[in-house]
Amino acid sequence: MATTTTGGARPGAAAPPGPAVKARRDRHGVRGSTRTFWLFAGPFLAGLLLFVYVPVGWSFYLSLFQAQNTVTPTKFVGLDNYADILSEGPFTDSLWTFTLFALIVVPLTYVLALALALLVHRIRVARAFFRSVFFIPTACSYVVASMVWKLSIFNGVRFGLANTVLGWFGIEPIAWIGTASPPWYWLVLVTLRLWLQLGFYMILFLAALQQIPKELYEAAWTDGARPGWQTFRHITLPQLRTTSVAVVLLMLIAAYQAFDEFYNLLPNTPYARPPLVYLYYTALGQGQDFGHGSAGALVLSALITMVTLLQGRIFGFGKADS
Amino acid sequence: MSPEQNPSRSFGRRSFLRASGTVAAAGFLAACGGNTGRGGGSGGKAAISQWYHQYGEAGTQQAALRYAKAYTKADVSVQWIPGDYASKLSSGLVSSNGPDVFEFHPDVQMAKSGQIVPLDDIIADVKSDFTDKDLAANSVDGKVYGIRMIDDPQFLYYRKSLLEKAGVQPPTTFDELIDVSRKLDKGGVKGLYLGLKGGSDILASPLVWATGSELLTADHKVAFDTPATVEGLKKMRELYTSKTLLLGAPTDWFDPSAFTQGLTAMQWCGMWAMPGIQKALGDDFGIVPLPGIGSAGRPVVYNGGWSTYVSAKAKDVDAAKAFVKWLWIEQTKLQEDWCTSYGFHIPPRKSLAAKATKLQSGTAAEAVKLFDTNGHYDDPYWTQGMITISQDMVNNVVVSGKNPESEVAKARTRVEAELKKIV
Repeated sequence: MATTTTGGARPGAAAPPGPAVKARRDRHGVRGSTRTFWLFAGPFLAGLLLFVYVPVGWSFYLSLFQAQNTVTPTKFVGLDNYADILSEGPFTDSLWTFTLFALIVVPLTYVLALALALLVHRIRVARAFFRSVFFIPTACSYVVASMVWKLSIFNGVRFGLANTVLGWFGIEPIAWIGTASPPWYWLVLVTLRLWLQLGFYMILFLAALQQIPKELYEAAWTDGARPGWQTFRHITLPQLRTTSVAVVLLMLIAAYQAFDEFYNLLPNTPYARPPLVYLYYTALGQGQDFGHGSAGALVLSALITMVTLLQGRIFGFGKADS
Repeated sequence: MSPEQNPSRSFGRRSFLRASGTVAAAGFLAACGGNTGRGGGSGGKAAISQWYHQYGEAGTQQAALRYAKAYTKADVSVQWIPGDYASKLSSGLVSSNGPDVFEFHPDVQMAKSGQIVPLDDIIADVKSDFTDKDLAANSVDGKVYGIRMIDDPQFLYYRKSLLEKAGVQPPTTFDELIDVSRKLDKGGVKGLYLGLKGGSDILASPLVWATGSELLTADHKVAFDTPATVEGLKKMRELYTSKTLLLGAPTDWFDPSAFTQGLTAMQWCGMWAMPGIQKALGDDFGIVPLPGIGSAGRPVVYNGGWSTYVSAKAKDVDAAKAFVKWLWIEQTKLQEDWCTSYGFHIPPRKSLAAKATKLQSGTAAEAVKLFDTNGHYDDPYWTQGMITISQDMVNNVVVSGKNPESEVAKARTRVEAELKKIV
């Protein structure tokens, strides 16, 4: 890359030291570091502009047009696309689907990741083994994991893994992802996401746990606090506050961006279609309706931004720590 | 997207750029030096990119490549696309990296928005050799936009031996279908397989036809919102709640594996699967159309299939049209090979269909007869958007148990909004 040839960024390497030269070098240094900043940041800013802001702007443009089978539309429709997409229909249904998904998956991941971290934190033998063994699934792709879940574990026919186990107890095979009632597909979706992301959040909690000073616990014990729940409730949990807020925020955004497992596990059905999957089928799928697709995407972005800001307000994310 | 992927997004972008740069460079190199073998000059020949969806039958991809190679007037590169073909195609068509020649289903939006070009000039000489219905399915405003490659009737396959064992006859009414499915569901073999979505996708249109209703009128107005359709949805719900349907199988309805592996006694599938089924089960299978529902009901076979189109964004539209003319009009030998050597398809050309000996006996001949008598074709005005709406309607009623009257009314409103975008 061109950034490696920025000799000017290391000012006066060959210049002899001296007061006059030094003053000049300082000025030169400021100028040089500005240039260095742009040389390093420039390509990424250009990328950000080209691949993020231009598409967002173009989406907004498309959302005001009837953009059927074209991304250079001519028929201006104002806010009609927004009205269509926000009136009762598959898009609003999909918003409920992913809200429900977030409601299930965020608390579950939080509790289980924290529990895992506490267990792994206290362990005395084979620490590295236990840390990596829970973290490894994070490296697995959602698509691959979806295929394993769908084709081998929660296969709906009698020889699927889950159904084989049920068969030992004389229970009829269950169509895990084929039916809306009972909604077994939630079990499949949630276990998949837990398996994939627990390890990642466990590591975050583990790092935070290691940051808690031992003295705090010792002081608490001296004051008569019992080890276990009391210490956890009054020492560990408050000390994890910053990490908890960050983790919940990350999990919430991840849940709102849910696409891979829904798309790969389930057929395109109205009962389990989060917004991104719906928008994918509308705009990029067979629909080719870029106007409504863009309007939906912007509504969704606005929603995620709002929830994130609201959460920041409530939990104080981004405030200076203590 | 998963959170652990987020930090690496810029990486993904960069490696994507790098990868696409490499691909572009490779393409450039290939274009420069790849085809000097024949015809002399390397720069003179047009390059045509042709897209197919992934056919399931062995030998199809090799055949497609062979046809492309046999064409001497241009360099045809074949892209064989697995997975969600419609999505890849639609993003290809709006970008500049799309196909020049591709196969798809009739869709008025593609014609009206100028994504595909009319093919009247290349089909003119042999127009009378195609059936009127095939031509109509690919016509918009009197112009022919697609050339039918294959006709693929879809119907119900059943295992003769299993029906005999259960003491039942192949169903001729929808009530019989529910009853037969109940009686066949035993010993770990389910009664009927209609795909991953319990038939709510692939049977959405056939279900409406089976009640005697139509999707749209001849002048493109909503026609499916009839009491008969509501009745049909209720029957379909009854079938679904009988708990005799195979659900959650590893393969979808278009793959005969669930049927040939004995997971189900009956399955909705297409003509293409017939050679495979014959190989696996011998003579132990038969076919029936989807039985009619209600007093105006009629048995239905869905005449799906694929047609070939030329993209308006093709690098050289005339060269692309010339290739289509060569392959799908002139090369009748190759067309016959494509229709009968791998999976079974009915050749859309009358002259070829008459010669296709493999389709003139046994169950294949029966399928051709059903295709002629009970077949329903695609309507180009029934767009992909409307297909999704109708499938949601059926899914909401059949799988989720919502009220059929209100779902039909909702679908009507949404289809009308779609129609307004076209007409």
